Amino acid sequence: MKNSLRATLKRGSMAGVATAGAAALLLTGCGAAPTASSTATATASNYTGCIVSDSGGFDDQSFNQSSYEGLKKAEKDLGIKTNQAESKTNNDFEPNLRAMVSAGCNLTVTVGFLLGDATKTQATANPDKHFAIIDFGYETPISNVKPIIYDTAQAAFLAGYLAAGTTKTGTVATFGGIKIPTVTIFMDGYADGVKYYNEKKGTDVKVLGWDKAKQDGSFTGDFEKQDKGKQFTQNFLDQGADIVMPVAGPVGKGAGAALQEAKAAGKDVKLIWVDSDGFLTAPDYKDIMLSSVMKQMGEAVETVVKEDKDGKFSNKPYVGTLANDGVQLAPFHDMDSAVSAELKSELDQIKKDIADGKLKVESAASPKV
Amino acid sequence: MSENNEPRHSAEPDPDRIPAPQPPKSQSAAPQPPKSHATAADTAANIETPDEDDAAYVTSLDTAGGAMQPSAVPVSAQSGSLPGAPEEESLMRKIFTGNGIVTILAVLLALILGGLLIAMTDKVVGTTAGYLFARPTDFLTAVWSAATGSYVALFQGAVFNPRGTGAAGQFAPLMETLTIATPLITAGLGVALAFRAGLFNIGAQGQIIMAGILAAWVGFALDLPVGLHLLLVLLAGIIGGAVWGGIVGVLKARTGAHEVIVTIMFNYIALYLLRYLLDTDLFQRPGESTPISPILDASALYPLLFGSQYRLHIGFLLAVAATVFVSWLLNRSTLGFEFRAVGANPKAALTAGINVSRATILVMTIAGGLAGLAGVAQVAGTEKVLTDGVAATYGFDAITVALLGRSSPWGTFAAGLLFGAFRAGAVQMQIQTGTPIDIVLVVQSLIVLFIAAPPLVRAIFGLNPRKKKAAPAVKSQQAAATGGAA
Repeated sequence: MKNSLRATLKRGSMAGVATAGAAALLLTGCGAAPTASSTATATASNYTGCIVSDSGGFDDQSFNQSSYEGLKKAEKDLGIKTNQAESKTNNDFEPNLRAMVSAGCNLTVTVGFLLGDATKTQATANPDKHFAIIDFGYETPISNVKPIIYDTAQAAFLAGYLAAGTTKTGTVATFGGIKIPTVTIFMDGYADGVKYYNEKKGTDVKVLGWDKAKQDGSFTGDFEKQDKGKQFTQNFLDQGADIVMPVAGPVGKGAGAALQEAKAAGKDVKLIWVDSDGFLTAPDYKDIMLSSVMKQMGEAVETVVKEDKDGKFSNKPYVGTLANDGVQLAPFHDMDSAVSAELKSELDQIKKDIADGKLKVESAASPKV
Repeated sequence: MSENNEPRHSAEPDPDRIPAPQPPKSQSAAPQPPKSHATAADTAANIETPDEDDAAYVTSLDTAGGAMQPSAVPVSAQSGSLPGAPEEESLMRKIFTGNGIVTILAVLLALILGGLLIAMTDKVVGTTAGYLFARPTDFLTAVWSAATGSYVALFQGAVFNPRGTGAAGQFAPLMETLTIATPLITAGLGVALAFRAGLFNIGAQGQIIMAGILAAWVGFALDLPVGLHLLLVLLAGIIGGAVWGGIVGVLKARTGAHEVIVTIMFNYIALYLLRYLLDTDLFQRPGESTPISPILDASALYPLLFGSQYRLHIGFLLAVAATVFVSWLLNRSTLGFEFRAVGANPKAALTAGINVSRATILVMTIAGGLAGLAGVAQVAGTEKVLTDGVAATYGFDAITVALLGRSSPWGTFAAGLLFGAFRAGAVQMQIQTGTPIDIVLVVQSLIVLFIAAPPLVRAIFGLNPRKKKAAPAVKSQQAAATGGAA
């Protein structure tokens, strides 16, 4: 009985699958076959640019993704070949890098400080190959490794000033994913921007989530758990904050969700995104997106690849600053009306002052160059 | 297992308050399983996989390896192989209805499904599917080349690369496989050992981390002569893991806290403790503010087995040694017999005079120590530094490896090698063919899925026994898959 039932079931499901499959094929498989392709693509270059991610992967909505997109753009614009390897664990760094070297990569971009040691080992062992490492600088430079680093505090300073000038409650907040320099540099700049506003305007805007003097604040513990971001943001809202800057990659979406809930409840709240222009990369939160602190990693990667391809490689670190547009404050988009013309001109002036070196933004995590 | 430690649950004696009845020290004919070594060893040798056939296991226990009155059950009906008894038939039966063939078929099935997945994600397949009816051969060729291309790359990245320079280069992938397999094997052994004692040890991750913390600290902070330094690193790691596992055992034995919850929480404690420590001067690299420890001293590192062109280190030999040790422990020692008895039926073990609390604590301590060995392999072998990713996902992969190895030491060893091969080959597969590395993880997960459901695999291949008699076999195989923890 049981067997026959199963047999019937099996036969029935097989027939169902076959029908569905046939239907799908009928619907999709009717295109015309292409004529024998004679047009070889215009990629004449033998140059190969490669990239190895850290354990975040190329879809981390953060530096891995931006760097990867930069390399892909270089592939399109410069006609180079590319290779990519995602690391799932720290153990994959060395095999991935070795594989890139043996795959004939001219330049290998490695992403993040965790790859620092592995990149150094491979660079020393293969002096004729070039490397570039994102968000990490060596104390003693290596002749064939170009560090790509960012003085993010400069752009975050603008964000802090903007937040202090926009807040209605007199309290703004920030939190990080993990306490590492590339995160705290955002928080330092943000806190300093608020402080600068207070000094100039005689106000007392408070920053929750980061104490620059103590170098300590709120961290969710990883770059994955969005619900933690939501929880943190709700806490900040309860404490009176109305603008939040999450420095935690995808965890920032949790902050966005909490802020949207607060907005639905009638509160006037805003979000400041980091790394990329959140209005474009996290469009779900458009309606609360005040601005973003951008690190233009894609552009930097493309520039470094282009330089190397043209034989102009140097191991001098690329430092993204406000002066070279490596870091920027994103446009206000839909929030344009929320920022007064006066505040806008002040921001422009501060940007100019920082770029000219008249105003110094300092962070313990700033690149020492 | 848990009801055993609930006090006042029934009339049975509480293991903590009432001393368990001690078995006689001599080879008497008392109606209890023997404590005496010779007979225990004999019994253990005779019962290869006790959870395979519960009834036979119990009868063998009763006769205590022949030291007692023969039971009413004829010897030929018992599972233990006796000298002169025909072995071929049971072996053949074991192969075809047993777990071995199911494991292989599960792997095969997963590879086929994985191949289809690879083909589906392939760009060429996508384009050719658009004109399938105009030229079907294009589509089929694309499917075939996508799947086989990826698997060839997987093989070349895991075992043998014909394009390598010289024999050294050609066998480099194999060395890489062994390197990655090392922590998987030792941590898997820890999990498997606990499985056999009926404990579902999820805590390998935390045990690896604690071992990594201690071993790394000894490795970079202390300045000791060659030899002694590595020995101390090794000891520190094993102790770190053993203590972390042992605490779980104590909590389980003394308070009845469920080991799954305790180990999961201990994983978190270990991870966040590591993150905290990496933020302190004690562990941070001087002059840097990134959470990464200094590189371990050269004297604290595992020596490389075949020179610097490979990453393979002496930790692999330790993994082999650990496998031999666990195999001996489980099958040849009194302690291992107790572990298995507790795993098979804690109440019966208690009644038979086995100290269940002691066995629980000991098995978790040894399991932790084995996972600790994986932690040492990470910091002293491959990574050479301590970061918050020191344990990677080995602690959780170890559970899979132990399941795949059906909780037997050499099975775990083989499963560790297989997973090591997948991991090593995935790198090549990703770079050569552009197959996303996640697909490899999907294949791994499919394998586990199929292994966890032997009836499904047998149904797919039409191997299900038609006779009614075989029904209990299915049940016992499920128990074997979880090492009796189910």
